Amino acid sequence: MSLWFDTARSHRITSLPGHLRRRAPLLIDVLPENDLVRHHVNLSRKNLCVDSSFYPLGSCTMKYSSKAGEAAAAERGFFQAHPWQPDTEVQGVLAVLAELQADLAALTGMDAVCLYPAAGAHGELCALKAARQYFRLKKDTGRLEVLVPENAHGTNPASASMAGLRVVVVKMNSAGRVDLPDLRAKLSNRTAVLMLTNPNTLGLFETDIESIAREVHAAGGLLYYDGANLNAILGRVRPGDMGFDMVHVNLHKTFSIPHGAGGPGAGPIGVKAHLAPCLPGPYLTKSMFGHVWTPAGTESIGRFHSAYGNFLNLMKAWVYLRLLGDDGARRVSLAAVLNANYLQEKIKQILPVPYGAGRCMHEFVASAQTIKENFGVSAMDIAKRILDEGIYAPTVYFPLLVREALMIEPTETERRETLDHFVALMKLIVEEAAAHPDRLHDAPVRQPVRRVDEVRAARHPILK
Amino acid sequence: MSIPEDLKYTKDHEWVRLNGKTGLIGITKFAVDQLGDIVHADLPSPGRSVKQHDPIASIESVKAVSDVFCPVSGKVVRVNLNLAPSPETVNLDPYGDGWMVEVELSNSSEIASLMSAADYQQFTAGHK
Repeated sequence: MSLWFDTARSHRITSLPGHLRRRAPLLIDVLPENDLVRHHVNLSRKNLCVDSSFYPLGSCTMKYSSKAGEAAAAERGFFQAHPWQPDTEVQGVLAVLAELQADLAALTGMDAVCLYPAAGAHGELCALKAARQYFRLKKDTGRLEVLVPENAHGTNPASASMAGLRVVVVKMNSAGRVDLPDLRAKLSNRTAVLMLTNPNTLGLFETDIESIAREVHAAGGLLYYDGANLNAILGRVRPGDMGFDMVHVNLHKTFSIPHGAGGPGAGPIGVKAHLAPCLPGPYLTKSMFGHVWTPAGTESIGRFHSAYGNFLNLMKAWVYLRLLGDDGARRVSLAAVLNANYLQEKIKQILPVPYGAGRCMHEFVASAQTIKENFGVSAMDIAKRILDEGIYAPTVYFPLLVREALMIEPTETERRETLDHFVALMKLIVEEAAAHPDRLHDAPVRQPVRRVDEVRAARHPILK
Repeated sequence: MSIPEDLKYTKDHEWVRLNGKTGLIGITKFAVDQLGDIVHADLPSPGRSVKQHDPIASIESVKAVSDVFCPVSGKVVRVNLNLAPSPETVNLDPYGDGWMVEVELSNSSEIASLMSAADYQQFTAGHK
């Protein structure tokens, strides 16, 4: 390590001006290695993560992230590439980006892909701004409404507001799908975009998608595919073929890169040809000298991220797709849906699944409502109790259509034995709710922190 | 669950207490029980005009952020400033101190489209 980065020594470098010198070395540089390693290992053990346990957090597609992607991203040629190097020196990097663009376009049925957005929500914002630009260029500036179904992901209305658009909520019908008459009533010449996940947040495929697409297009609007649930249909049916004009994909969900937990993520977007000129630039193109960056035209909404986007994350998704191949990609969705249905049938015997009459896709939503009424044990209590067994909890209280919701998504990367273990645990916990409800109210008791006071945290946040 | 007889109700679980030309608006005990602990109420400024069933406020609980839809058209004349420091008032007293806004009605015939206490009781009983 260079002298300049070793604070045990660099704080004494007198040639540095005083205000640039540390008053004391960082503790990290004076500790012995073993203490440092123990510190970090012990910190990591406080965390329940997909490397330590099953993680059935619905809507988040917490599949195991293969370590092959990490290995490739740690290769010096990729890891040390600098965004200001001339294109000719980073042809390997650019080839990865170009191939990933082509792969994502093929998998989503889109004509152009933009890799810049740094997260799913960033992708949504980028795509909605591109949609606004599209209408602006058509001089159709009265379209300022974004339609979202009532069980949409919270990011959808948030992104619409951030893009300066107004949110109009579309109702769901009793089958848990978009209510077509309500959609029809809300479509107008003010409609810019309908944002939809398919399958939706109840884990149900929107079987009316072709009619929905026809209606939205007939009203002059665009159809946006929230790729949060792409894992369920990967390689089987493409958003572009369903009639969607735009899509974002969460690489940390479907494409196996680590979930950033607020760190650098990647949420590329894809669009059909009519929207392509509005995408952020510069664009990656192929010339006789190889891959080169080409400035965007005047129709583009401009830059959305510095340099290449979060390249090392994009790299991991590229590795993932190389490992899978075409057949593998199709097996992802097959196994994800099979696992979810296996689990749904088993969990149904323990807890009601209000929309679970038929087959689900990649996830399903159980309800703890009767448990709450009978024993005073809530979905939150159950979730906290699951943590005590060293397994991460399902998503709770989302979607709101199901009371005391527990949203379960096993993903394709879990074995049947793991699912059976989870079912046995849920059975035990539900029995416990009747016999010893206090055990659930008190949970977690075996985690580094006990029940946190979310209400006080939200009412009196300490931000500094 | 006791539902006050003197109020009118919506399918979105708001209530309105009529008092001459104005109406006091809040959310029902049923809504509060569904939302759980309320941590923030985002209320409009007095003077804002609103149409029936348009969002008038939003409330955040530990579970979700939800819109409050105005049961009647009119103009906001007063908002409950006490909710900013004490949002839990909505949980503790949804039909009393937990009121949210007062609206001057612009179309009193809309009242006919709202539910009585008995109708609302029946409506919530039918919920999954």
